[in-house]
Amino acid sequence: MSGAVGKVSSRSAFAMCVVTIAVGMAATARADDMMAGKTIATQGTAKGVAACISCHGGKGEGNAAAGFPRLAGVNASYLSGQLSAFANGERQSTIMQPFAKLLSSNGRSAVALYFSALPPPAGIKTNDRTAIKPSDIGAWIATRGRWDQGLPACAQCHGPGGIGVGVTFPPLAGQPAAYIESQLHGWKKGARPPGPMALMPVIVSKLSDTDISAIAAYYAGNAGPSDNAAPTGSKQ
Amino acid sequence: MISQSWLSKGILIGLLAIASGAMGGITCAAEGSTPGSAPEPSAPSAAKAFAPPAEAAMPTNEFGKSIKLGEQIFTHTQEFAGKYVGNSLNCASCHLDAGRKPDSSPLWAAYLVYPAYRSKNGHVNSFAERLQGCFRYSMNGKAPPLGDPVLVALETYAFWLAQGAPVGEKLPGQGYPKLPAPALKADYTRGSQVYAQHCALCHAAHGQGQSSGGKAVFPPLWGAHSFNWGAGMGEIQNAAGFIKANMPLGLGNTLTDQQAWDVAMFMDSQERPQDPRFTGSVEATRAKYHDSPNSMYGERINGRVLGAP
Repeated sequence: MSGAVGKVSSRSAFAMCVVTIAVGMAATARADDMMAGKTIATQGTAKGVAACISCHGGKGEGNAAAGFPRLAGVNASYLSGQLSAFANGERQSTIMQPFAKLLSSNGRSAVALYFSALPPPAGIKTNDRTAIKPSDIGAWIATRGRWDQGLPACAQCHGPGGIGVGVTFPPLAGQPAAYIESQLHGWKKGARPPGPMALMPVIVSKLSDTDISAIAAYYAGNAGPSDNAAPTGSKQ
Repeated sequence: MISQSWLSKGILIGLLAIASGAMGGITCAAEGSTPGSAPEPSAPSAAKAFAPPAEAAMPTNEFGKSIKLGEQIFTHTQEFAGKYVGNSLNCASCHLDAGRKPDSSPLWAAYLVYPAYRSKNGHVNSFAERLQGCFRYSMNGKAPPLGDPVLVALETYAFWLAQGAPVGEKLPGQGYPKLPAPALKADYTRGSQVYAQHCALCHAAHGQGQSSGGKAVFPPLWGAHSFNWGAGMGEIQNAAGFIKANMPLGLGNTLTDQQAWDVAMFMDSQERPQDPRFTGSVEATRAKYHDSPNSMYGERINGRVLGAP
């Protein structure tokens, strides 16, 4: 009896050790990736990749004037996926494609991890405005869509306030208006790949240039002075 | 409560009516619109399609405030009617575009077909009583008492949406589309494949949905935070009609009828909160409330009896 108990407990102790080591190794690997990512982000690479922060901002907050997107707090899988798409030419960008190609697969993952772990820019709201009039085109499409055309609201996939949901639906909140506009036009022109289930090409086919500008302005202006909150994207 | 007398008569029509009841019921009194040829989601095409008043036409007086509250309850149910809600869903999860969208059990069409006799509970139901059923089953919560401001506001909103529509008529777009019977019997395995390919991106691998910022974004389709076994969406034909016309969101009418039937069967063959009418026995509860090929309640799936406590 006691032998059996001893056997069980020594086995569970062994299991605990294995788990601890595994967790420890994973944590170490993550920390290593994080450091490698930080180096790429802040210093670039010897092969000629420029420091990401020189365009995307010291905290990954983006550059509204230039339309360079916010990376801080954006899901790591999403970011590394986009880097891969730049690298293989599926997503077109004369700026990003050369850098993405110069990075190794590990480098792309590491830098994505680094930016995903940065806090989103202060002031991103988790809520949409409550008093929205249909005449406010951007806010209306963002929160209600235009269902007589079969157009869902942005928030139905990108979350309240456009803070992003999970791996697949990136944040719109706090992205520069020029960036949101260029991406929506990019889907119209085929400069961005269709993405999961080819959802976005269908969406943009129902948006006019006026709609696109209005939606971009809504989300760009969504970063107000309060209600800072991280996009969680947790499974329920 | 339902008298069982009609059941013992074995009236198949009665059973089918039960099957088509509930959340959809707002689909219940009438079946869906055009069997076989669900209109495009963007279908103002149907010449005589009813259009509810434009949002901008909503009055701003005291009456308008109740309309607005009803709309807010409808789209943010937890925030505006939380004490009656027991899950993560909103009314608008299944009634898209704040209850305006045809083929998504729109409020304006439901409003016209009440009061109505419902075999689900064996008496004439007012519209308010019908709304109580939504909270009890689809929202897995508690029925607000008649006269409660929540019910008053929802009824006011529905009344306003139905302005100018003919009382008593079943308008095109009412309820969920009634799909023709599938060529092949709806199948769990095929349904799981449709789910993985077309649904899991948003509703997650185990139907639990996804939330962000503390709010449900993609509604849970089964499990503890979804609708309970008494809800109309738990009946395969309702779910199939809704899915066909409306899912994946923004890509309505892209699945085949067969895919819609299969994935509806898959979704409705999962665990979910108990039917609040549970009699203490799954067999008896099935016999009394779910005796239909469109309900999987009490059936054995993957070695488990659905609905077993």
